[in-house]
Amino acid sequence: MKVQTAFALAAAVLVVLALAPLFIPDYWTGVLLGMTGYVTLATAWALFSGPTRYVSLATVAFFGVGAYTVAVLNEAMPYPMVLLCAAGIGMALALVVGLSTLRLAGVYFVIFTFGLAELVRQVVSWWEVNVTYTMGRYVFLPFEGRHIYWQLLALAAVTLLISWAIGRSRLGLALKAVGDDETVAAHAGVDVTRIKLLLFVISATIITLVGAIQAPRWTYIEPSIVFNPTVSFMTLIMALLGGAMRLWGPLVGAVPLFLLFEWLSVSFPDHFSIILGLLFILIVFVMPNGVLAKLEDLRKGGRA
Amino acid sequence: MLEHVINGLVLGGTYALVAMGLTIQYGIARIMNLSFGDTIIAACFATYVLFSSFAISPVLALLILVPAGYAFSLVIYRVIMRPLVARAPDEGALEVDSILVTFGLLFVIQGVLLIFFGGGYTSYSFLNTPVNVLGTVVAGNRLLAVVLSLLIGLSLIVILYRTRWGMILRAVALSPQNAPLFGIDTDRAARTAFAIGGAMAATVGVVVSMFQTFTATAGVVFTMKALIVVILGGKGSVLGAVVAGLLLGLVETFVAAYIDPGLTLAAVYGVFLLLLLVRPNGIFGKA
Repeated sequence: MKVQTAFALAAAVLVVLALAPLFIPDYWTGVLLGMTGYVTLATAWALFSGPTRYVSLATVAFFGVGAYTVAVLNEAMPYPMVLLCAAGIGMALALVVGLSTLRLAGVYFVIFTFGLAELVRQVVSWWEVNVTYTMGRYVFLPFEGRHIYWQLLALAAVTLLISWAIGRSRLGLALKAVGDDETVAAHAGVDVTRIKLLLFVISATIITLVGAIQAPRWTYIEPSIVFNPTVSFMTLIMALLGGAMRLWGPLVGAVPLFLLFEWLSVSFPDHFSIILGLLFILIVFVMPNGVLAKLEDLRKGGRA
Repeated sequence: MLEHVINGLVLGGTYALVAMGLTIQYGIARIMNLSFGDTIIAACFATYVLFSSFAISPVLALLILVPAGYAFSLVIYRVIMRPLVARAPDEGALEVDSILVTFGLLFVIQGVLLIFFGGGYTSYSFLNTPVNVLGTVVAGNRLLAVVLSLLIGLSLIVILYRTRWGMILRAVALSPQNAPLFGIDTDRAARTAFAIGGAMAATVGVVVSMFQTFTATAGVVFTMKALIVVILGGKGSVLGAVVAGLLLGLVETFVAAYIDPGLTLAAVYGVFLLLLLVRPNGIFGKA
């Protein structure tokens, strides 16, 4: 497919999705909203973790920071400023984490991100209890579901666009080289640390924004709600199912899994995490490179 | 003051044990096990059930649960890890796969525990008699925990450094490519190492449950601290794990006592970051 046709098609789909809330019931707008949120999260996650193969387990740390920033600042300044602040804080946090761990071997990064959400949650709780004397905050913003949905849809489109642009640029090529072999990449003149850091910061900032935009959905926010580790887990499993190395992979994984999880969490609320875990193990076993790569293999196999 | 030192050493002793188990799994079987902490918590609950329903003392429970932990990990290795090891083209790929799979396992174990025991704090009272140590009062169960940690930790070190079996394990850790040239069955060594790690997790679970409250979701924190201790001590270094574990226990107890109990994890992270900047290969790591 030519690039122009693909863009025209994507734009048409985007318009249809944007108009959808005007015609469908509110419940389905809510489902679309959640789905768009996870598509964005998974795509943003794969932006960094896909090509570099550095598994980040800290999605919810950034997501929660975004949501909490909105909770704290929503009455103090106009909404666009709040979003900007959230993005700034997410970026700063990503810089600190990235600068201290990305110079080293990948395993340090995984370990650090593994506990980051718990750390941020504890620090925020401590701060709220000891410094501001509040536990839990209210978000009163004049948004309905579809307003949030439109914002998320725009963010999702931008994220996919960024992912597409990076995949075609020198940066993307360098990133693939880093993922294949860091030592070789470094010898070929790639500034490995800087590239990893840059991508991690971009990815983390988008994730923070997803959290910030979704915050008004909750109305009431406290650390244990917004720093729920399941968010990290779902993002990871979605990106992996679709294939983290491809532009559309995370989207392909996020849409069916989100619907499945919606159904599961209503039908089997108690067994949710077991099913989630088993499904995840299955995916790692059967389709380590994702559905898209699997389909391609099958097609090639059928032809040969 | 002395009380905090002793409490810190108790906590540090258990961290050292956790980290030893993890470092053996990671160093020899090359598997980064993120579900380690949840195995510990499972053992905590098992001890609780044995004690409160069957009146089996935790010390005796060790005799049941340590072999159980060994067997459980052996099965996990056979069923889940083996195929991954067989298919991984290189060490990096195995690392990523094992991280992902054990991350899934974490949620499975946690989910099972949540169904059976719910999300609340659990504890039981065992040997809660005050004992006088050097002028400070320490609970008997804590003292027992230290003794057990020391005994088990020491025996593991003796096994690793003084027996032929330990030498085989260390050889695989040092150079997995060359070990088969000397007639060492690396697959068997990896299997054994992973199972020993599981036995260590069970031990820690029993010991910790004697003096601490636990919840079904507390496993993550254990794993995280153990990982940090492993990195602090230097990957694969058992002695490093012991020193770093004790250090971390002391830091945590002092922060909880003098600054704020809510900031212990932040303090742990602080130590971790500081050490990464100063000595990226750990206290006893080789450059």
